[in-house]
Amino acid sequence: METSKTNSGEILILFAHPYPQQSRVNRPLLRAVQDIPRVKIVDLYEQYPDFHINIQLEQQRLLSASLIVFHHPFYWYSAPAILKQWQDCVLEERFALSEGGFALRGKRLMSVVTVGHSKASYQLDGYDRFPIGHFLRPYEQMAIHCGMQYLAPFVVYSAHRISDAEIENRACHYRQHLLDYLSEAEHE
Amino acid sequence: MNDHDLLANTLIYLGAAVVAVPFAKRLGLGSVLGYLIAGIAIGPWGLALIANSHDILHFAEFGVVLLLFLIGLELNPKRLWSMRRPIFGIGSIQVIATSLIIFAICSLLGLSWNNALIIAMGLSLSSTAIALQSLKERNQLSTPTGQSVFSILLFQDIAVIPMLTLIPILGSNMGESSEPLLEALKVIAVIGAIIIGGHFLIRPIFRFIAATRLREIFTAFSLLLVIGIALLMDAVGMSMALGTFLAGVLLAESEYRHELEIEIEPFKGLLLGLFFISIGMTIDFGLLLDKPWLIIALVLGLLLVKLAVLIAIARAEKLPTSQQGLFACLLGQGGEFAFVLFTAAVAANALEQQWASLLFVVVALSMMATPLLLLLNERFIEPRFLHLGSPQPADTIEDPDNPVIIAGFGRFGRTVGRLLHANRVATTILDHNPDQIEDARRFGYRVYYGDASRLDMLHSAGAESARLLIITVDDPEKVLAIADLAQQHFPQLTILARARGMATAMAFLKRGIPLFRREIQESALLLGEDALKQLGYGAFQAKQMAHIFRDHEEALLQKMYQTDALEKRIHISRMARKELAQILEADEQEQQNLRDRSWRER
Repeated sequence: METSKTNSGEILILFAHPYPQQSRVNRPLLRAVQDIPRVKIVDLYEQYPDFHINIQLEQQRLLSASLIVFHHPFYWYSAPAILKQWQDCVLEERFALSEGGFALRGKRLMSVVTVGHSKASYQLDGYDRFPIGHFLRPYEQMAIHCGMQYLAPFVVYSAHRISDAEIENRACHYRQHLLDYLSEAEHE
Repeated sequence: MNDHDLLANTLIYLGAAVVAVPFAKRLGLGSVLGYLIAGIAIGPWGLALIANSHDILHFAEFGVVLLLFLIGLELNPKRLWSMRRPIFGIGSIQVIATSLIIFAICSLLGLSWNNALIIAMGLSLSSTAIALQSLKERNQLSTPTGQSVFSILLFQDIAVIPMLTLIPILGSNMGESSEPLLEALKVIAVIGAIIIGGHFLIRPIFRFIAATRLREIFTAFSLLLVIGIALLMDAVGMSMALGTFLAGVLLAESEYRHELEIEIEPFKGLLLGLFFISIGMTIDFGLLLDKPWLIIALVLGLLLVKLAVLIAIARAEKLPTSQQGLFACLLGQGGEFAFVLFTAAVAANALEQQWASLLFVVVALSMMATPLLLLLNERFIEPRFLHLGSPQPADTIEDPDNPVIIAGFGRFGRTVGRLLHANRVATTILDHNPDQIEDARRFGYRVYYGDASRLDMLHSAGAESARLLIITVDDPEKVLAIADLAQQHFPQLTILARARGMATAMAFLKRGIPLFRREIQESALLLGEDALKQLGYGAFQAKQMAHIFRDHEEALLQKMYQTDALEKRIHISRMARKELAQILEADEQEQQNLRDRSWRER
């Protein structure tokens, strides 16, 4: 596997939640990772409330990261709209694809999602009829198309129902997950 | 008057008006004084260009009639009904109190009681034309002060009718004996005819005429309607002014209201101008030269009595202190009805001609004094109440613990305030314009009178404990002054401010205040966006273009502010030109960038 040439071990979290003040799960998750050195959090709705995304700035941020995290709640089996807008604007062909581009090659992409239903529901015979990975395939293929490696997603199920203690527990896992990545990246 | 005279006279009137009025306005004297001066200039005591000024005055009185018709059009019956209290309340107090005082003075001076009564009644009336024209010029018609002025004028118009009916009785030769019941029936019949006609006849006629698409016929019909109503009213013994006013009110609900307004407006303006010119012409300077001290004493006495009564009414009505002077000055003069009344009294042998001539001069001079009084009031009296050591003390603020203070509650501050209110944010609102406060309070906002650029005011508004100070007063100097004060004394406050333009914006950047908005920028950009959409841009693309432009402006502002710090003496116009060039250049570059981004074209 080809590793990114520069800045290995920087994590860029693209956080997409239109009403984070009202979120039960996402805020504790974010709080658990925000003080990790070399983790940069970009709150997309906070930065671009009118969807006018600064393309140059976002591309710069991508270049200095080795792991890109799409962190968002699951809205209609996908991300809130601004993440799609970010994809459409920032991942220009001349940046991410054609010659002179492929700026993302060798980097890694990971989804961090919170969903309302249980893990049992996200099964072929469950209420949601497909496992979570199925719904994340567009991101997986986007990563592959850009020459990136797609990591297994970090999912918090039953986000409406789990206890505060359980949320804390998942937040610790999230933090550990990122810390593990960082130490691994250093050894690479 | 032959045709040639008519044209020549028209030339003289228009010429005098065109010369005098703009000058008077430029000098801050107001248009009414301009017309009066024009009248004096062309009248028998000036250049003596016009001979029969009294005929003209009579003709021009119709300007007052048109004025009242237009005012009626703007008031529908419902609003008029809601004003019945002030009309009969302060209106009757003004007329009766003024009449009584003047009557007493005249009696003391040894006049017969019927002469004294006629003079008292005539002089108690004010000039509708001057007061309303001045109110309109100041945009004050709908303020509480304007409404009070209007109520009194309306009552005076109503009061003229009994006064005119009283004159023959006071005279030595009784007029034809009228039967009051029959008269009343006639009036009711005419008003009924106007209501029914206005409802059923006027609409089809207007529609029929509008269908011909001949604009001048439409104008002709509008004038015909008003003149017809005026004469009809006159025929049944109502004052033309009051009659057409009522007709206007009755037509206020009609769908052709606006057309009528537009058609009548220019005639009203010209005739009213002519009216003031003729007042100027009728001033008998001979009499003035003959007995200057007597006349000056009478004019001053008249003004004094009327102003005193009006000030007392303004106090009792609790009009804003700064506006009481305006209120009194607007109504302090003798009015055009005095001419009508005294002329009628002479005709009925109730008043001697020499008294009438004297009173004409006094009334005309008091009318001329009005613009001067207003000027004095605005220059010297009003500002004292508005700013320096205002006798209206700043309000005590009841809830100083609100997290947000809004300074300035005009059009800008009101929108900010409403958004916050809608989100249940408690705000303490400061403003120092009494009218704005009145308005806002009527809509349930808690607005306190006070000058936010004063430290003690900010203190009592709770600036120590508030989180935000939103400065939305419209004077940019004042915005900056308030910001400076707040930064110096309340460092914990986050300042949000309205910026007039680039210059104010840069002043904020220099002070380290990032949260400001240029007041017209957003709406201008949105309108530009609308324009792009009309030209075929997609809504989203148009919005993006506006975003790009906004970003440019933002960057430019930052750049200019930094340049400015280095070379302070760059001439402003050069800056502006440079700014424009930069924007255009940058835009072109941005368009190029957009074209380069191939995926957008896919």
